[in-house]
Amino acid sequence: MTDPAMSSDVVAVEMTGVNKWFGAFHVLRDIDLTVARKERIVICGPSGSGKSTLIRCINRLEEHQSGRIVVDGIELTSDLRSIDAVRADAGMVFQQFNLFPHLSVLENCTLAQIWVRGRPKAEAEEVAMKFLTRVRIPEQANKYPAQLSGGQQQRVAIARALCMNPKIMLFDEPTSALDPEMIKEVLDTIRSLADDGMTMLIVTHEMGFARQVADRIIFMDEGQIIEANRPEEFFSNPRHERTKRFLSQILP
Amino acid sequence: MSAAFVRMETLPPRAAPFAATGLWGWFARRLFATPADIAMTIIGFAAFVLVAMPLFRFLVFDAIWTGKDRDACLNAAGACWPFVAAKLNQFVYGFYPYEELWRPNLVFFVGALLLIPLLIPSAPFKRFNAFLFFGIYPVAGFVLLTGGNLDPQRFLLGRFVRIPEFIDLSAIARFIGVSGHVELGSRGGFRGTFWIDFIASAILLTGAVAIIARLFGTRFVTSLKAMAIVFVSLALIIAPVDADFGLRWVETREWGGLLVTLVVAITGIVAALPIGVLLALGRRSQMRLVRWTSIVFIEFWRGVPLITVLFFATYMLPLFLPGGASIERLVRALIGVALFSGAYMAEVVRGGLAAVPKHQYESAAALGLGYWKTMGLIVLPQALTHVIPGIVNNFIGLFKDTTLVQIVAILDLLGQVRSAFSDPNWSSPTTLYTGFAFAGMIYFVFCFAMSRYSLFLEHRAGSNALRVEGAMR
Ligand SMILES: Nc1ncnc2c1ncn2[C@@H]1O[C@H](COP(=O)(O)OP(=O)(O)OP(=O)(O)O)[C@@H](O)[C@H]1O
Ligand SMILES: [Mg+2]
Repeated sequence: MTDPAMSSDVVAVEMTGVNKWFGAFHVLRDIDLTVARKERIVICGPSGSGKSTLIRCINRLEEHQSGRIVVDGIELTSDLRSIDAVRADAGMVFQQFNLFPHLSVLENCTLAQIWVRGRPKAEAEEVAMKFLTRVRIPEQANKYPAQLSGGQQQRVAIARALCMNPKIMLFDEPTSALDPEMIKEVLDTIRSLADDGMTMLIVTHEMGFARQVADRIIFMDEGQIIEANRPEEFFSNPRHERTKRFLSQILP
Repeated sequence: MSAAFVRMETLPPRAAPFAATGLWGWFARRLFATPADIAMTIIGFAAFVLVAMPLFRFLVFDAIWTGKDRDACLNAAGACWPFVAAKLNQFVYGFYPYEELWRPNLVFFVGALLLIPLLIPSAPFKRFNAFLFFGIYPVAGFVLLTGGNLDPQRFLLGRFVRIPEFIDLSAIARFIGVSGHVELGSRGGFRGTFWIDFIASAILLTGAVAIIARLFGTRFVTSLKAMAIVFVSLALIIAPVDADFGLRWVETREWGGLLVTLVVAITGIVAALPIGVLLALGRRSQMRLVRWTSIVFIEFWRGVPLITVLFFATYMLPLFLPGGASIERLVRALIGVALFSGAYMAEVVRGGLAAVPKHQYESAAALGLGYWKTMGLIVLPQALTHVIPGIVNNFIGLFKDTTLVQIVAILDLLGQVRSAFSDPNWSSPTTLYTGFAFAGMIYFVFCFAMSRYSLFLEHRAGSNALRVEGAMR
């Protein structure tokens, strides 16, 4: 899977031999994964297979214990500066939205711009409005997160991440906490990002979406990457026994 | 009515049944609805009559309102208000010199002027207002109340080396065209030796810290900036305290009454929150040394009664301080109260921190916010709103505990009132009760105001709490 010929201006994320344990529990096992720039990767697999842990290692919300993770040419080590640099480049969207409840939508979007990027407030607000318009909720800017529907909150979360001009977006089950009628609006937002060429890693169970958007689908089980393939191949011709079983359960 | 029904006309509204509205309706519903209610009403009314009526009679109906000395109150069955009127200055200012009373008055007035807009959420210029109240006001208040012009002798270096009183600058002076040597003695209240000491110490310490921090991987610029901020703010605090504004020095021995109560309480309240926040963060820190220091500190202060703290600070601390160094009596008590209340506050804040869900830290981290920014911008604002009632509860307790400074011979409001009892000019059967009633009312006004304000904040935060739930859905 790792192609040593690719240089750092084509490679967005490179994981080699990554292992992680929670206590004695071996949650990620020998993960090798290279994500090219502009590549859209969907990660799926049964619950507890380590999908979240994998993408959380990419911006160091979880620490890996062995192997190498290089994001945008920066290797993740315990050096705080490398961590900050990587986090500034990788935006993340969580299953539970995780907006800051004490701040308005606009403030949610400007806070990190001002305090991490050092942008003046006026500029930060302009950027925030640009991305709020992009996710089609500019009129909610002065509301508080609790006053929005789940789908709107998740779109704010996406706008908040985009405001930092990330090079990579990480999505951890962005639609799993949403009511069915709101899933579409969030998926449409993500799809439009994909159309613009954003590098993305998306953990999701939305197989229809994966089929349309993904360049590559990665199937995980028990902390390992079991199979990776282009969507058409992945769905029509799964090779591993576990992939077949998983797909037969999840697809109608 | 058949199964299918369509209303053809709207029913007009009708008046409510008689008993449900009006004064009588209110009585009927609230007080006499059931036999149990009737019994409670009667018991409550009886209790009110038994307690409140005598109190009213004492404070108002039977009270003496005018008079020059004890003669007016000798046969009084009620409060002897002329006593309070005659002693009012003492109760408010202690023995603060009469001609200088404008100083505490100014401090009271400016304090109120700055505090009130700070407490009103919609008032503008919050940041500037807060800066004035927490940054400028304490220093200005200190200078006004004491008179300033402290004339510090030595900073740090001066304790180890002698800073010369005079420097012969004639060579340089001649070079730039003035003659003679430059005196470094006191000028405008500023003492040259101290400030040379200060600057030299600042440079040395900054260098040392920067080098040590470099070994731990902090960049020079960062530590230089940090140290510069520390020393410049220190200089900005010391300079006005050192300057001579021509104010007469008023020893804290002469302060008393409400003035002391407010100084102690406000110092405690203002210091408690930052100290408490730092200790609470320390207690949850990943760094073992920080965590254990915080735990030991908190548990120590929580385990010791305030009286002991004050005793220790006043009578034993001087024995431990090197070279007979002494800290002013009231200042010692203030430090004791601040640390004590800070330790208590730490536990309240810790409760609030525990209520902030982990995912808030994660999304802050994912945006690239570091520890202090995450705490200051994301976690603490939420944590503190969770525990407003606890915080204010602490403040109220502290306000009343300040009266313990009497133990170390500092006369606060209550102490001043009690000392006035011994005045033979005013000894009458009800002087004692009048004094206590007066003190009680003052304490009540302050504490009740705090309690109401806390309720108001809670209501405001109520919509906030709703927000929290919404976001975690
Ligand atoms: N902080 C933690 N401490 C200990 N074990 C953990 C921790 N976080 C996750 N795990 C365990 O690691 C395994 C993988 O978790 P992870 O969240 O990555 O799974 P997932 O594939 O995202 O599952 P899901 O689809 O349910 O989100 C699970 O068995 C989980 O119980
Ligand atoms: Mg997961």
